[in-house]
Amino acid sequence: MRILFIITVLFSFDALTDVIIVSPSDEAQEKIQEALILANPGDEVHLTAGTYSIEDGLSLDIDNIILSGEGHENTILDFSNQMTGAQGLLVTSNKVLLKDFAITNTKGDAIKAIGSDGIYFINIRTEWTSGPKSTNGAYGLYPVQSKDVLIDGCVAIGASDAGIYVGQSQNIIVRNSRAEYNVAGIEIENSYYADVHSNIAQHNTGGILVFDLPDLPQQGGHHVRVFSNQILNNDTDNFAPEGNIVGEVPRGTGVIVMANSDVEIFDNDISGNETMNIAIVSYSYEEAIDETDYYPHPRAIQIHNNRLSNSGYNPDMDKEIASVVKHLAKEDMPDIFWDGVLPLSQMIFGQPEQDKLILKDNYDSSFMSIKPIQYMLSLPNPVNRDSLDFKGTIEPLNTVIIDLPSGYND
Amino acid sequence: MTKKFVATISIAFLIFTLNVFSMVNEEMILSDTHPEKLSDFGFFSNPQRQLPNTGVLPYSLISPLFTDYADKTRFVYIPQTMRAAYEENEVFNFPIGSVLIKTFSYEAINSDRINLIETRLLLHKKNGWEAITYVWDKEQEEAYLNIAGKTVLTQYLDPSNNLTNLRYRVPNKNQCKECHLKNNSLVPIGPKPRNLNKIHHYSEGPMNQLVKWRAMNLISENIEIPQPISNYSDSEEPLNDRARAYLDINCGHCHSKNGSANTTGLYLNLLENNRKSIGINKPPVAAGRGAGTNKYSIVPGFPDQSILLYRMISNEPDIMMPESGRSIAHQEGIALIREWIDSME
Repeated sequence: MRILFIITVLFSFDALTDVIIVSPSDEAQEKIQEALILANPGDEVHLTAGTYSIEDGLSLDIDNIILSGEGHENTILDFSNQMTGAQGLLVTSNKVLLKDFAITNTKGDAIKAIGSDGIYFINIRTEWTSGPKSTNGAYGLYPVQSKDVLIDGCVAIGASDAGIYVGQSQNIIVRNSRAEYNVAGIEIENSYYADVHSNIAQHNTGGILVFDLPDLPQQGGHHVRVFSNQILNNDTDNFAPEGNIVGEVPRGTGVIVMANSDVEIFDNDISGNETMNIAIVSYSYEEAIDETDYYPHPRAIQIHNNRLSNSGYNPDMDKEIASVVKHLAKEDMPDIFWDGVLPLSQMIFGQPEQDKLILKDNYDSSFMSIKPIQYMLSLPNPVNRDSLDFKGTIEPLNTVIIDLPSGYND
Repeated sequence: MTKKFVATISIAFLIFTLNVFSMVNEEMILSDTHPEKLSDFGFFSNPQRQLPNTGVLPYSLISPLFTDYADKTRFVYIPQTMRAAYEENEVFNFPIGSVLIKTFSYEAINSDRINLIETRLLLHKKNGWEAITYVWDKEQEEAYLNIAGKTVLTQYLDPSNNLTNLRYRVPNKNQCKECHLKNNSLVPIGPKPRNLNKIHHYSEGPMNQLVKWRAMNLISENIEIPQPISNYSDSEEPLNDRARAYLDINCGHCHSKNGSANTTGLYLNLLENNRKSIGINKPPVAAGRGAGTNKYSIVPGFPDQSILLYRMISNEPDIMMPESGRSIAHQEGIALIREWIDSME
């Protein structure tokens, strides 16, 4: 067994902790992986500045570990020559803090954390460096089935699905991060209690997506707040591999909420998006789905105090939803769109009060929803353009509180 | 009698006793640390020929996992006087101190010897199973503990008898766990009673493995012998049974409700009966490029529109399934699953 270079340092605030230091070399890949297997809980594995060429996916399965670099522009794990592994780094343990390094050009996902109770990404960059291409990996930062997820100060560029993707998780904060040139900038899917704030989502196909999908262990996504973000100039052609659900996203959509409940979107700057600024839609499907515990329509969506402007100037006519909206809007594309699809009984007798869409104080934004019965029967006036029909009292959702790593300040 | 003589007798007796029982080092199996050398466990009398010591019993599976066309020899060690418990549809519940041993090898070219690559161990310790692997040296004399995984450049004879280069990847400890994880603990996958219910050619002659295990008192004699799983290589058996057996052993350990791929909602274990969960007209969730241009995991009658088959055919790291454990495609498996999807209505 290779002897690891281990130095022990005395932290001012804590007891003995090992810091295992790895520097770039021909054997760095093996050394990093060995360190990630042999480290003890509480240890830090530190990667000094430089570019590491990695051929096989790395993985970490020890609790309470810090994996650190010297800045996401300085410590770079490059997977351009990757031979094996569905991702660059796989984390399957709890209380793991990843900070200050970059993962570039993985064949599949960049960093996946699965079933992690406490997973923290701080100042991490994931990037495919040749720009948006359908051969890029699917996800940049990808925690799934995890709890207490923090993504702070990260950068995600070029993912062929979502730059930042949180799936089937709960207690989530995504903040101060930048997602650009991805198909989806930031996506929260089948998740509970998420705060997505103070991020920049620009030049993606879609800026921020809040989705709920059927037939998964965790579904019924709810309580997501999207606030104080800059969701600007999303204008990249959809380059997702065909068949993916995000392949349906029209180029230039600021925010999409699909089938989620209890979503509050406020205080965002949403502008320059080629198709629409905000779209609220149902999950549509051809195949049979088990609806006993899946509800395909959005519920209790509140959109208020956003600054919306300059959208719909170049709608993506390759996507059905964009062409339908453009046709119904008679060329006057709305800032905010709701597809109006509801269960049949609600189409006839109306929605329960607590499920209704609420729009308030979105400045000069334009609006359109489809009246499904009129639309399906080809009756006159199939759309509603009056946002005042959706006024109501905003009931703010609670701030998400997560268990932060020790020594990490807000 | 001199003291020296007594001592000699005692030592001779001691050696004799150990020989009768086993050469296997039980203390090492239960130890917190692992020896550097595989030989320290004492599993083999002749490791090059994979001949086991007393107490280490070879076994084989009806339908095995595909691993780059590697040959596999399997052994089980159960501590003396102990027995494995039977649970329907589950792997035998082996007692603490048990070991499952699996050696991966290829036929050596221009030699009558086999080319040993690695020997994987599942050790049942006091606080659960642990997976470790030993990689054979060039001289094929000793296998050494491997932690971080290793690339072995080797060659194999492909199904059309062409000598082909292979970048064989020995898994690291975490990768072992990816497949062997169930409800967050590590468990064996292969030795389910239904997959063991077959004739094995022991050095003393052929015998049904479960009958043998009963006779050796490794399992209770009251065990009802279950229906064997289909042999996916046997074209005489019903197509659906073969395909389900193939998917069960190659995919079902991760793709099950308690496995590490349950994030996908695609369940390929033998007992799954929901058509959509098996993949029929099921859209992908987070497959990325893995979906290709296809919309569903399985499109009945259209194997080339089915993501499941697409991912079996591919060797790209982000598309291929399984994610680890192979670097080349399993042509016979692909042909089987193609035929199966093609036959569906």
